[in-house]
Amino acid sequence: MTTTTNDTTTATESTALAPSYDDETREPGFLADTWNVMTRELRPMLREPASVLFAMVQPLVFLALFAPLLPDSSAFGGSALQWFVPGIIAMTALMGASMTGSNLTLEINTGSHERLLVSPLRRSSLLVGRALKEVVPMLAQAVLIVAVVTPFSFDLHLGGVLVGLAVLALFSVGIGSLSFALAIVSEGQDWLFWTVQQTLIFPLLLLAGVLLPLDGAPGWLRFLANLNPLGYIIEAERALFAGSWSFDTILQGAVAAAAVAAVGLVVGLRTMRRSS
Amino acid sequence: MTQTRHTAKTGPVIRTSGLTKTFTRHKQTVEAVKGLDLEVGDGELVAFLGPNGAGKSTTLRMLTTLIAPTSGTAEVAGFDVVTEQRAVRRSIGYVGQGNAAGHQQRGRDEVVSQARAHGLSRSAANARADELLAAFDLSEHAGRPVSTLSGGQRRRLDVAIGLVHQPRLMFLDEPSTGLDPQNRVNLQEQVQRLNRELGTTIVLTTHYLEEADAIADRVIVIDHGEVIADDTATRLKAGLGDLVSLGFAGADDAAQAAERARRLDGSTVEVSGSAVSVRVAHGRDLAPGLVTDLAGAGTPATRIEVVSATLDDVFLNLTGRSLRETDSTITPTEGAAA
Repeated sequence: MTTTTNDTTTATESTALAPSYDDETREPGFLADTWNVMTRELRPMLREPASVLFAMVQPLVFLALFAPLLPDSSAFGGSALQWFVPGIIAMTALMGASMTGSNLTLEINTGSHERLLVSPLRRSSLLVGRALKEVVPMLAQAVLIVAVVTPFSFDLHLGGVLVGLAVLALFSVGIGSLSFALAIVSEGQDWLFWTVQQTLIFPLLLLAGVLLPLDGAPGWLRFLANLNPLGYIIEAERALFAGSWSFDTILQGAVAAAAVAAVGLVVGLRTMRRSS
Repeated sequence: MTQTRHTAKTGPVIRTSGLTKTFTRHKQTVEAVKGLDLEVGDGELVAFLGPNGAGKSTTLRMLTTLIAPTSGTAEVAGFDVVTEQRAVRRSIGYVGQGNAAGHQQRGRDEVVSQARAHGLSRSAANARADELLAAFDLSEHAGRPVSTLSGGQRRRLDVAIGLVHQPRLMFLDEPSTGLDPQNRVNLQEQVQRLNRELGTTIVLTTHYLEEADAIADRVIVIDHGEVIADDTATRLKAGLGDLVSLGFAGADDAAQAAERARRLDGSTVEVSGSAVSVRVAHGRDLAPGLVTDLAGAGTPATRIEVVSATLDDVFLNLTGRSLRETDSTITPTEGAAA
């Protein structure tokens, strides 16, 4: 304790603890706060590029193993890939966004979430920033998938794809917020978060006709499917990816995505406010 | 620089009135904090001392806007903790029970991110991060994932993150729990230096008696959601006096000696077999006289020990329970109760 090294530490510390410059601080706005939260969330990924690589390849593996099984028949109204790719991208978006809360669970348990709550960051930015974090890899995955399938029986309609991804981004923010709320309600209990997430995600995917068309489904199944917002979104994605600007289908998808986003944000903010 | 900080604001930095928090869990209502009236002045170093579940962390969580009071009011740095939350958050530094830095993050990234959240420009945030990391001897470790840092390094990082905006008021919730003794002492020194050199008001909670005793100017003892004592550690202990323990050749000698010891003004005497314990103010000074007196009376002491009162004795005296007997591990529910 009385060594010289310790004394040097002491000396530097005194200077650093004292304000050493007159810095004009400016109160960050909502966008700056959200950007701060989002980039903070993305940073560990960027620092470990290997993890990004694996995440990127996953949907491709899925596509490679599943697409050959699809009959190139009229059941899909033409190319199976054309039908299947929008669904895979939507699935990627749902999977990614629904995991938003798992990282939060870790941060609730280790304490950094609490630190963020006591910081001046806006509550809404904590929510939206985290949800947006999942949009970035989703977009990258989508670009990769589209790039890989375009040489095959997939016609690229760039305008449609871009609008489609914007709709999915909106959907992702909603799902991400709901996942965030789930993590808070789970109070850091990992198993609870994952149980609920897994229980919800597969019915959502199946009832949206991601893997198989629902055209031949019995009435009760189609009734349930009609209640699933993801179904409308996927219909819109398929139209957009096929370059068909069928207004009604796209509008329904966009409205469904906006509704999920709105519900997600309201639920997320309310959950955060109530818990703290 | 420190001058302006002192004169910038006078009067209490914290003022609470009837501050109350009740939790309802499993249909049971628990009053975690009961009508707390408290004032903390600028530049004080205050420790909330009490067993787990006493309400000290709940109090801290209300003062730092993490949970809303059930009733009563609290002003922190001149702002209401309910209606002016963001202003409170901008004004305070906070070191929670957990780690401020995300475990999968790099330490330096977290300091910069926190500085940006407090409105520092990109270049100022970077400069501040470098300063703080150097000050807390973390420069070489700041590029590593936080999960790979040692407990002591992580705690220093927590404090560094809490200081990015040079707050005049710093809250620390169980800061030294889980640290080894050397890191604990280091942390305590840093906290004291912050208080002495910059005049930063410090409020910390602890269930370590030694910690409260060693560093705090003012100790607020909390039990069952209420303040049961509030004074300097020295005065709290002085009120109890010292404990003089004496050993004798046999139980008879001890009984006779106890009789003589009871003549000491204000003494409390207990006999247990051949041992006698005397609690009396200024026992340290009275002990030699007592030993001589007993030898003269034919009941010489065979063993003597004088122990000053500890804060545990203070707690025992106030509550009938020892703080040491209470569970010294952090219960996860205390944090989750928010």
